[in-house]
Amino acid sequence: MSNDTATEQSALPAAKGRTPLWKKLLKDPQSSIAGGVIFIIVLLGVLAPWITGHGPNTVRLESINSPFNSPGYPLGTDQYGRDIWSRLLHSINTSSITAVISTTIAIGIGSVFGLVGGYFDRLRGITEWVFALIMTFPGMLVLILLLPITGGDFRITMAIFGVMLSPGIYRIVRNQVVGVKSELYIDAARVSGVSTIRILVRHVFSAVRGPVIIAAAFMAGSAISIQAGLAFLGVGSKETPSFGAMINDGFRNLYIDPLQYIWPSLLLGIINAALVLFGNALRDAMQGAQPKPAKIGQKVDAKAGAAGQNKISTVGKPSGNEGVPFLEVTDLVIAYPRPDGSLNDVVHGVNLRIEAAETLGLVGESGSGKTQTAFAILGVLPPEAVVRSGSIRVGGRELIGMTETDLRRIRGKQIAYIPQEPMSNLDPVYTVGAQLVEGIRAATGVSARAAKERALSLLARVGIPEPIRTFGAYPHQISGGMAQRVLIAGAVASNPKLLIADEPTTALDVTVQAEILDLLRDLQEELGMAVLLVTHNFGVVADICSRISVMHGGQIVETGDVFDVFREPQHEYTQKLLNAILDETSHRKDPPVETLELAGGAKR
Amino acid sequence: MTALLDVRDLRVTYQGRGLRRRSYEVLHGISLAIGRGETLGVVGESGSGKSTIGRAVLGLVKPRGGTIHFDGRDVTHADAATRRALAKDLQVIFQDPYSSLSPSLTVGDILSEPLIVQGASRHDARRRVQELLDQVGLPRDAADRIPREFSGGQRQRVAIARALAPEPRLIVCDEPVSALDLSTQARVLELLIDIQRRTGVSYLFVSHDLAVVRHISHRVSVVYRGDIVETGAAEVVTRAPEHPYTQQLLLAAPVADPVTQQKRRAERKLFRAQHG
Repeated sequence: MSNDTATEQSALPAAKGRTPLWKKLLKDPQSSIAGGVIFIIVLLGVLAPWITGHGPNTVRLESINSPFNSPGYPLGTDQYGRDIWSRLLHSINTSSITAVISTTIAIGIGSVFGLVGGYFDRLRGITEWVFALIMTFPGMLVLILLLPITGGDFRITMAIFGVMLSPGIYRIVRNQVVGVKSELYIDAARVSGVSTIRILVRHVFSAVRGPVIIAAAFMAGSAISIQAGLAFLGVGSKETPSFGAMINDGFRNLYIDPLQYIWPSLLLGIINAALVLFGNALRDAMQGAQPKPAKIGQKVDAKAGAAGQNKISTVGKPSGNEGVPFLEVTDLVIAYPRPDGSLNDVVHGVNLRIEAAETLGLVGESGSGKTQTAFAILGVLPPEAVVRSGSIRVGGRELIGMTETDLRRIRGKQIAYIPQEPMSNLDPVYTVGAQLVEGIRAATGVSARAAKERALSLLARVGIPEPIRTFGAYPHQISGGMAQRVLIAGAVASNPKLLIADEPTTALDVTVQAEILDLLRDLQEELGMAVLLVTHNFGVVADICSRISVMHGGQIVETGDVFDVFREPQHEYTQKLLNAILDETSHRKDPPVETLELAGGAKR
Repeated sequence: MTALLDVRDLRVTYQGRGLRRRSYEVLHGISLAIGRGETLGVVGESGSGKSTIGRAVLGLVKPRGGTIHFDGRDVTHADAATRRALAKDLQVIFQDPYSSLSPSLTVGDILSEPLIVQGASRHDARRRVQELLDQVGLPRDAADRIPREFSGGQRQRVAIARALAPEPRLIVCDEPVSALDLSTQARVLELLIDIQRRTGVSYLFVSHDLAVVRHISHRVSVVYRGDIVETGAAEVVTRAPEHPYTQQLLLAAPVADPVTQQKRRAERKLFRAQHG
């Protein structure tokens, strides 16, 4: 045990994983520049009383419409002789206060009721109704109508606007909470005796705060625009310096001095653009950006490709006396891009052979690269995966670098596939029969009627008791075991030479698993096809496979006849795995503590 | 001496959804008992209701009939306050080590929460967290990290540590090793057995895997479609079961040895021929 513990401890990644959010934001040019712009603008507003020579509302009739760069007026004055520079900086403060008031109120109201409505099913009806009602109010109009109540104070107006923004936050929080509520860690907290309020605050809200923060960045921008819009229309106190009021003044003076119109518009535009860009960067940093797809089969790195070719010539060639195997994978290297753009190999130089009509078990633990290898043979690796080198030959034809059209021809007819999750591989919208017929027609090109007959006979063949009823059924109407039988029927429809089964029974109960394995064995003998069975279960391998390849860390560490490998595993890793199996002989031998106590023997 | 957990005639129904609500019964009156320091394995296939037994004991689903006694107290319809008090004695380890830990809390926070809600001071809680990490074989600096930074096996160790935090007397283990790799699985089972020997905690161990149940259980109950069809000593039930369903279950589980598996397959064919 202590030894195991030591390995587990050393296996803990040293500094991997969490980069603090602020560091991510600083490193990303978009967020650092946008954030920096916002910071500088807000700072200018705060420092306004000290860095301007005149008050924002100080009227100097002697200096009406001073031009740009006049003495004492860096940006000139407007038609009342007010300092534009001073008014700009004080307008920033108005906008900042606007953003803070509106978003705080929107987040406060939206989050609290989102948590309540999301978590308590019974209250959701009421909260839903109230927020739907708020959403129907025409925002700008209500704010103008409420002018007598707000008395023209923009702070009260923007507080009301915050209420009108709150449904957006409410919806985000409510949706997130409904999703999070069924997570097991909420159950675990309930079992731990954590009170409901504490669960809501600590477990639920901490999981949903990300999207709320992102939404807040966008709402701040929208609140600033609305405030400016109202001021432009002349709603609210004339005493409050505001971009809207300045734009209005400049607009009326457009022919005399267009610059007066430009300054506030420009700054308002910059603030809004910075907020939107910052919000987007925040979303990327908190939720992870989308990976950029790369081409499959493309040898991106010329050097790596060349190195791979060299290796093939030295090690890759099989000894000649065994003839040409049906499937031959030589020195396959699959890589994924790391966040910094460099490539990370997940499969390093796999060599694999399958003779016609044999069953090879590809065994390994999670992350060993077994599924990646199988996907590469099928040509269905995710878009960001890169096959760096190696060759995959099926019946003598090279698959790497083949066009998608040619690949598709081989996939349907020569290579078929059975997935791990039967249910998620059937389209819930179409009947089982329609999906089977479509597959059969695509693979064999027969008429619809012939395809239907073939589908029915296949369904009967894979042991489905009532083929006609299952043919017309939707996927949700059949069980997982039945769904897997349907997929097997579809896979063998075109008499493939090679069947690739990726953990075909992992999601099934043991009794169903045994039946599916029986079916696969029968079909394999009947059709004379080769089977590549990807699995983590040595019992399944022992049951159905004739040869076994053990994969570990992206490499095949041992290949051999099933009987030989189970009897005398050569590689250390295979031995370790086989030893970890809980076999029939390892049952619990020590008695429970209670009987020990009764016997007066052991200590607790 | 009464059993630590005594479940009698437990019935649970789930309410259907939609306009035409139909409720269906998932447990048709099951009874089981667990002694102190004992592991009762509950085996069954998906949909058999085996997990519902654990959830009913934990109070996560409401029973429609029957009684649940914990240490002589009736907790069948315990209210929220009683449940909170019960949390000290009754804990859980779930199957999925990925969704059973709050993603945004540090391991230290996850482990100290059950202690703090039970009234421990922050200082004591922090000390206990270190003990717990030692106990499950995780490094001490794990407390400052978040679950995402750990592998599946390590996360399951965190979940075990959380269950152990208040020194409970019974832990409901709902498929705790099913999502783990083979070698990790064996290590986590060893850890659970080791903890039981040291602390005398009892386990209600729910699993679909006969091999796992055989490895950790003293006694085993087999659930089939909402009924317990067989209960007995682990060695007997998992090796020479009496009930045809258990026999079928045993014969269906593939053995990781080609020679034995060939024999088993033949036996299964014979069994199928006999039982239709």
